[in-house]
Amino acid sequence: MRRSINMAATVVGIAAIVALAGCTTDPSVTEPSEGDGTTEEINWFDQAVFDTQNAQRDVVPEGPEGQPYLQYIDAEMVDTSQYKVDGPKKVCFANASISNPWRITGWITMNEQLKVLQEQGAISEMETRDAQDSDDTQIADIDYFIEEGNCDLFLISPNSTAAMTPAVERACDTGKPVIVFDRGVLTDCPVTFIHPIGGFAWGIDTAEFLIDNLQEGDKVVALRILPGVDVLETRWAGAEKLFAEAGIEAVDYFTGADPAEIKKIISDELAKGDVNGIWMDAGDGGVAALEAFEDAGVDYPVMTGEDQIAFLNKWKSTGITGLAPVYSNFQWRTALLAAQKIFAGEEVPKEWVLPQKPITAEDLDEVLAVNEGMPDGHYATFGGEDLPGYPTVWQERIVP
Amino acid sequence: MSTATTRPKRRMRLDSTVIVYIALIVVIIIGAILVNTAGRNFFSLGNIRDILTGMSVLGLVAVGQTLVILTGSLDLSVPYVISLSSLLAAETMRGNPNNIAQGVLLALAFAAIAGLANGLVVTKLKVNGFIATLGVGLIIKGYLDTNYQGSAGSVPAAFQFIGATGLGPVPISTIIMLALATLVFLFLRKTRMGHHIYAVGGSLEVSRLSGLRTARPIIVAHVICSVMAGLAGLLLASRLGVGSPTVGSQGGYDLLSIAAVVLGGTILAGGRGSIWGTIGGVAIFAVLDSVMSAIQFNPFLKDVVRGVVIVAAVAIYTGRGVERRRARFATKEVQR
Amino acid sequence: MSDATTAPAFGTRALNALRVLISPRGAVFLLLAILLVAITALNPNFADPGQFIRFVQRVAPIAIVAIGQYFVIVSGEFDLSVGSVIATQVVLAGNLIGQDESKIVPVTLLMIGVGILIGLINGLVTTLLRVPSFIVTLGMMLALLGIVYYVTGGSASGNPVDSFREIGRGGIRDVPIFGIIPWAVIILAVTLAVAILISKSPYGKTLIAAGDNVTTQRYSGVRVWWVKTSAFVISSLSATIAGILLVGYAGVHPSVGRGYEFIAITAVVLGGVVLGGGRGWVVAAAAGAFTLEALFTLLNFADVPSTWRDTIQGVIIIAAVAYSAVAFRARRKGRAPLASPEQGKASESAPADPAPHTTSMEG
Repeated sequence: MRRSINMAATVVGIAAIVALAGCTTDPSVTEPSEGDGTTEEINWFDQAVFDTQNAQRDVVPEGPEGQPYLQYIDAEMVDTSQYKVDGPKKVCFANASISNPWRITGWITMNEQLKVLQEQGAISEMETRDAQDSDDTQIADIDYFIEEGNCDLFLISPNSTAAMTPAVERACDTGKPVIVFDRGVLTDCPVTFIHPIGGFAWGIDTAEFLIDNLQEGDKVVALRILPGVDVLETRWAGAEKLFAEAGIEAVDYFTGADPAEIKKIISDELAKGDVNGIWMDAGDGGVAALEAFEDAGVDYPVMTGEDQIAFLNKWKSTGITGLAPVYSNFQWRTALLAAQKIFAGEEVPKEWVLPQKPITAEDLDEVLAVNEGMPDGHYATFGGEDLPGYPTVWQERIVP
Repeated sequence: MSTATTRPKRRMRLDSTVIVYIALIVVIIIGAILVNTAGRNFFSLGNIRDILTGMSVLGLVAVGQTLVILTGSLDLSVPYVISLSSLLAAETMRGNPNNIAQGVLLALAFAAIAGLANGLVVTKLKVNGFIATLGVGLIIKGYLDTNYQGSAGSVPAAFQFIGATGLGPVPISTIIMLALATLVFLFLRKTRMGHHIYAVGGSLEVSRLSGLRTARPIIVAHVICSVMAGLAGLLLASRLGVGSPTVGSQGGYDLLSIAAVVLGGTILAGGRGSIWGTIGGVAIFAVLDSVMSAIQFNPFLKDVVRGVVIVAAVAIYTGRGVERRRARFATKEVQR
Repeated sequence: MSDATTAPAFGTRALNALRVLISPRGAVFLLLAILLVAITALNPNFADPGQFIRFVQRVAPIAIVAIGQYFVIVSGEFDLSVGSVIATQVVLAGNLIGQDESKIVPVTLLMIGVGILIGLINGLVTTLLRVPSFIVTLGMMLALLGIVYYVTGGSASGNPVDSFREIGRGGIRDVPIFGIIPWAVIILAVTLAVAILISKSPYGKTLIAAGDNVTTQRYSGVRVWWVKTSAFVISSLSATIAGILLVGYAGVHPSVGRGYEFIAITAVVLGGVVLGGGRGWVVAAAAGAFTLEALFTLLNFADVPSTWRDTIQGVIIIAAVAYSAVAFRARRKGRAPLASPEQGKASESAPADPAPHTTSMEG
């Protein structure tokens, strides 16, 4: 009896699917140009981009003074008057995830900015879908927005570069404006692509700092979070090249941002010999690295971390020779401000390159003062000092 | 076996799959209400498509996992098989539609070999399925980490259509998944090997004493499971347009597929379960995910909900006299 | 029991010791010894007592978790939630103690309470609601991690006061030879001693019996549900202790403890404990943890690219379990399937072991 029930269910199921068959949906995949047979070999170092970013580090940004989240470097403006709307202004945000403290800080800042813009009437609402670090999910999220979202603007923080490109192109095809920020995609169909200068600039800033403070033949241990993430890989690619040229011995490890793992790696390295410098591609876990030196009873290294408060506090208290590069967290604000401009028909840069100024020892005290009371996972370049919720919203760090 | 014991067993089996689908309907009803309060229509074409798309990849993996669990084993290597299949396919195709067949064949051949390795380690080396597939998965993971620093290859448009188009709201990928599920279902019900899979899972000792070559069904189950994972990798390559070394682990397909299988009424010790129950379990997860996204539920709390649902759902029907059957085959635990 | 009490000749004892070493239950110690020698060969500093004791310090958390996992596996179950329990405890310590020293004791008690509660939930849902432990602890793992991330906003609110962290980081200083005896090593030793006591007690034997043959258990009048639940409580408590150590060693971060469940299960299996329950030695489980860490350290020193670590780990665990399974089967060939927990063990413990307290425990 069970067998026939299952048979019946199967038949009904197939019949139902056939019955549901309407006309084939319009191929939502546009025909990309046919491949020419070359494989995409990922080699992260790109001399041309390296040189561009190197130059951009020294350019004085244009834009309002004291508001780095609205400044841009080397911008080519585009006209957005065709996107000007008077009615509802709904933003649909496809977020890669909020799975690390940097992203959470940005997400909190973005929500505070949203409140301000909503009060001004610049944006009517923002709907968010979180892909939890999965390419497949984010593609589905974008397709959902295209189909169901009633969106007036697509805001996308891509989970990865190549995989998200077709979905972003589909969003562009709807005719609504698309903003991409943080990681990029392999198409320039979005209205604007917002990002700080880039990984190579980070690599140059940090490598030059270490090279200046160390001697040839010294050893640097590079702590990297994950392989395969383009914004992180470019940082290391740039730094590695400079270390090699300067005769600095650099070894890299993947840590997964696990402080216990970081400690083990450093302890093992210290057991093998001296370690003179620490380079990190992201600051999460920097404190553990320094503690490893303390536990072993050796001198502190020269270190580059990130603008994470935990690292900045440790830097201040230990007095190390340090540098905190930044991956400007305020880009999460810029994303919404760009949406505001586009809805108002104002021009925006085609590629919105934000300033990316590392925190040096001279800036440290001031930065710590502005960020007083912030939790360890907060990032100093959050850019939200002039938003109404400052400082409590970031101190309490409640995820919206 | 006396009729006294057969009848309750059959009633239980009917119950567990039916229970899954009742649970699915309940989840859909609750979901529809929640989604409506968020101002959306649960039954709109886009939402249905979202749910069905979410079912395709996990469904393929879970169907394969069902077979393996039926034999009393497990497969934890699926995420890495998925990733490497996607990479092999994308790199072979290189954007050229003439290479599609080669890419597909290479990916599936690799998957079959991985499944064969799993099966042989379990049967010949007598290693528990958990450890064997964990080990094989780690071996593949090391290979992936060393050779791939990011996505690679490129999938031609013709192949991408599989991942993108559909008949009405039903994506082609879902149709393919359901067709394969049907094939596997028929395989289990109609073929000798299918019956042997159930037998080996029910009791290894009894099967051997009945003259069965107990190694073969286990190996076949592992090979089919890995091939399904390979197909999932192909489907993902089609959707992403590239191969990716992390796409398998991003989806958490190992633990989620096991959860879906158990949710669908298959018992972890093996010997009892159904493909359609598994599909029901996959559907429940897909609906849950879709509803939680539509109401913009905090992503961290999504995991809490998933965890609670998995445990609660399994608690509801495993409490129904499963232990009575287990006691007859107590030595099963020793053999695992 | 065996007649190990008669005093055999030295040669026989040495031979028996060798047999134990290559037997599945002894193999892990042999492997560990080989690895330690290999590490020292690559880096003679490692044998320096001060360095070595620090190695023990950093393995202590995972070894303690492996000890807890041993009890669960020997009773026939899985505990996949230990990694999340560690993360939860670490975050509780960070958020609730803060910089206030007076809070250390109450918060520690709270952490222990939470650990017991989680173990109880895992155990009761497995035994009373009959949900497979794989599923229960999987669900617990997902739920705990989600809650931890939600409450903390994905990051620490800060490391707790240094005196609390001393437990994981510090120790008795100015000790001759070693330089420092870390608290973690002492805690590990104490935990191991307690674990050995538990496993030799009647309760411990009941636990193993529960894993070996549930029917016999029930007929012998033992309350299986209580026995198994307490195994889960032991596992969660050991995860709590590991969490306290890790707060000191690593600091507060939600990714602390991630993956520990798989490492712990691997360590226990390396130590010769059979998945599915019924036999094994708790010291071997701890040794399994050390073996894994020694393997990773060796790979570090040998400059093997860190990306190949997983492959090597995979090969080793398959090899170790296969060895154990094949060797075990070779001994059992020709015997009827075990009907009672004691049946196989009595004859197998016949060769006199150099370590007398193990004879009743493994098979």
